[in-house]
Amino acid sequence: MPYQKKEFPNRFTALQKDAMHNLLRTMIRIRTFESRVEELFLNKKIPGFVHLYIGEEAIATGVMANLRKDDWITSTHRGHGHAIAKGAQTDRMMAELFGRKTGYCKGKGGSMHIADFSVGMLGANGVVGGGFNIAVGAGISSLIKKTDQVAVCFFGDGASNRGTFHEALNLAAVWKLPVLFVNENNQYASTTPTSFATSAERIADRAKGYGIEGYTVDGNNVIEVYNAASALIEAARKGKGPALLECLTYRIKGHYVGDPEKYRTKEEVQKHFVENNPITRYINYLKDKNLITDAEIDAIQAEASSEIAAAERFAEESPFPEPEDALDDLFSFSPQEFPEAVR
Amino acid sequence: MRTISFSQATLEAMQEEMRRDPTVFVYGEDIVRQGGIFGQFKGLPEEFGDRIRDVPISETAIVGAALGAALTGTRPVADMHFADFIGVAFDEIANQIAKNRYMFGGQANIPLVIRAPDGISKQAAAQHSQSVEGWVQNIPGLIVVAPSSPATAKGLLKSAIRQNDPVIFFEHKVLYPQKGPVPDGEYFTPIGKAEIRKPGTDVTLVTYSIMVQKSEEVAMELEKEGISVEIIDLLTLKPFDTATILESVKKTHRCVVAHEAVVSGGLGAEIAARIQEKAFFHLDAPVLRVGAKDRPIPFSPVLENYIAAQKDDIRKAIYAVLYREG
Ligand SMILES: Cc1ncc(C[n+]2csc(CCOP(=O)(O)OP(=O)(O)O)c2C)c(N)n1
Ligand SMILES: [Mg+2]
Repeated sequence: MPYQKKEFPNRFTALQKDAMHNLLRTMIRIRTFESRVEELFLNKKIPGFVHLYIGEEAIATGVMANLRKDDWITSTHRGHGHAIAKGAQTDRMMAELFGRKTGYCKGKGGSMHIADFSVGMLGANGVVGGGFNIAVGAGISSLIKKTDQVAVCFFGDGASNRGTFHEALNLAAVWKLPVLFVNENNQYASTTPTSFATSAERIADRAKGYGIEGYTVDGNNVIEVYNAASALIEAARKGKGPALLECLTYRIKGHYVGDPEKYRTKEEVQKHFVENNPITRYINYLKDKNLITDAEIDAIQAEASSEIAAAERFAEESPFPEPEDALDDLFSFSPQEFPEAVR
Repeated sequence: MRTISFSQATLEAMQEEMRRDPTVFVYGEDIVRQGGIFGQFKGLPEEFGDRIRDVPISETAIVGAALGAALTGTRPVADMHFADFIGVAFDEIANQIAKNRYMFGGQANIPLVIRAPDGISKQAAAQHSQSVEGWVQNIPGLIVVAPSSPATAKGLLKSAIRQNDPVIFFEHKVLYPQKGPVPDGEYFTPIGKAEIRKPGTDVTLVTYSIMVQKSEEVAMELEKEGISVEIIDLLTLKPFDTATILESVKKTHRCVVAHEAVVSGGLGAEIAARIQEKAFFHLDAPVLRVGAKDRPIPFSPVLENYIAAQKDDIRKAIYAVLYREG
């Protein structure tokens, strides 16, 4: 689908080499985490439902490189990549996926509810479209507290058809909230192709209806994502209000691990994986420009592998919660303080 | 009698009703391309074309439009994917669908069915594991059913589609692959009637959906200890069959209600209240309720098991109403 390209200032070129490498590092850490999670799920080490971010790493990476630790994000059911890029620790994430006490949610959440509030990651969400208005609320909080914090709402092409999309974008627009709505258009919502379920040619076109800026970028080009997010987040931080950024990508894996994927061909998937792999594309770019050596790439890969192996060991060696732990965390007060409320 | 799965049974109900009446149609998310998560829609696209449709992720539209379609001469079946997402369309259910007929003085029929796969399955955690019949129990104007077997699934779904009122059809996800006997030929399971699954004399156990089979297992075990449990499978949760419950309680003088949903504000509370209103002096023990502890459903298997009601909870409640050590 064609779209109008917007030339954002190329802030990427101003980055130090280290920062450029960090983008690669984040993408590779996400890929390594997700690949291992897939194996662990298939080996029945991880229960529940798991939705992988493989192939979409450039979006979380390019956006989050523009955020501060005290900025917020809201995530989706496909949230591991968002969490890692926002600064969550892979060991506590893995422990959560394993249902262990040391996990971010003490085993109460699992993959679909991964969250690390300490780094502003306000939670994955099991309800599609559940994050829009949480991000709006974070934006309101920034206004009320007169800080310059920004909220970024990640959401899928499918989620853009929820009613919450409309209410959130309109409210953010009329109140000029510091919120960036980042659409991850990975061509599918479960079994449903985007074009089948979405009336607008481009999801970014919907921005017009709210009187805000909306742009489409190549979501598998981390540089493009970085530059666009940089401009839009800066504008939001300065009080210029929300924007909608549509990042075109492709969901390489099934909707969830175990998806029979009868709605698309293996060839289609393979073609995207070979030709449109965000990590390969970025490596090729960096090598072309002599910005990275093979040894540096190998080192990044090796670090990521050992980090994820350590995360897995941590998860494996962590205890399960005690059954009674299931009673905790319902309210701010303990069952002893108010037994009637927590029977 | 044949033996078929619960999902196959619901599929047969859809096929029969869609063949009979060209105004019956079904729509929901991701039901066309892979036949539904549990195969419960397989083959419908080939036979019925666009009378089965995939919709964008827009539950508010799915449920809200079902009302508009029902008011104007069709019989929609809306699939919620997961019962938890009823939350997304709650206004449509509570303020529009349930109130329409009454508020407008009985002008229109509202023949619509909301299919809502519910319950705990595969560590799906807090937002994909709920039994939410309690949410809708408090809304006048809705009919709520919950089959417990392939036979009742088919019979109740057919009745629901023929009903000229809104019906919420809760189908437990764990039941879909389970097989059971289903009558040959056309039949209906009547709305509003409970069925006695097992006659007994010592305790009445009122239950529904997935808990029926758990109750049956417990009753079999207790039989060996000389305790005779009468199991009532409610089938219709609203308006439920008070007469059958009262008749049984007047015989056994003791009652336990078991459901997977949380106890607080659940169906058990309403049943217990009706029993004490209508049969107080027949009771030899308080009516006890079994259900999930008052928490969202947690992810980790250890936690999930602890929060969910187990067979042992049913057993303990039965001992308790019999004043037995257990
Ligand atoms: C309100 C709601 N409806 C339906 C679902 C079931 N569901 C989970 S993910 C999904 C597809 C989401 O597609 P999209 O927003 O494009 O995100 P993607 O999975 O492609 O990342 C659906 C239909 C849900 N979780 N919540
Ligand atoms: Mg998508």
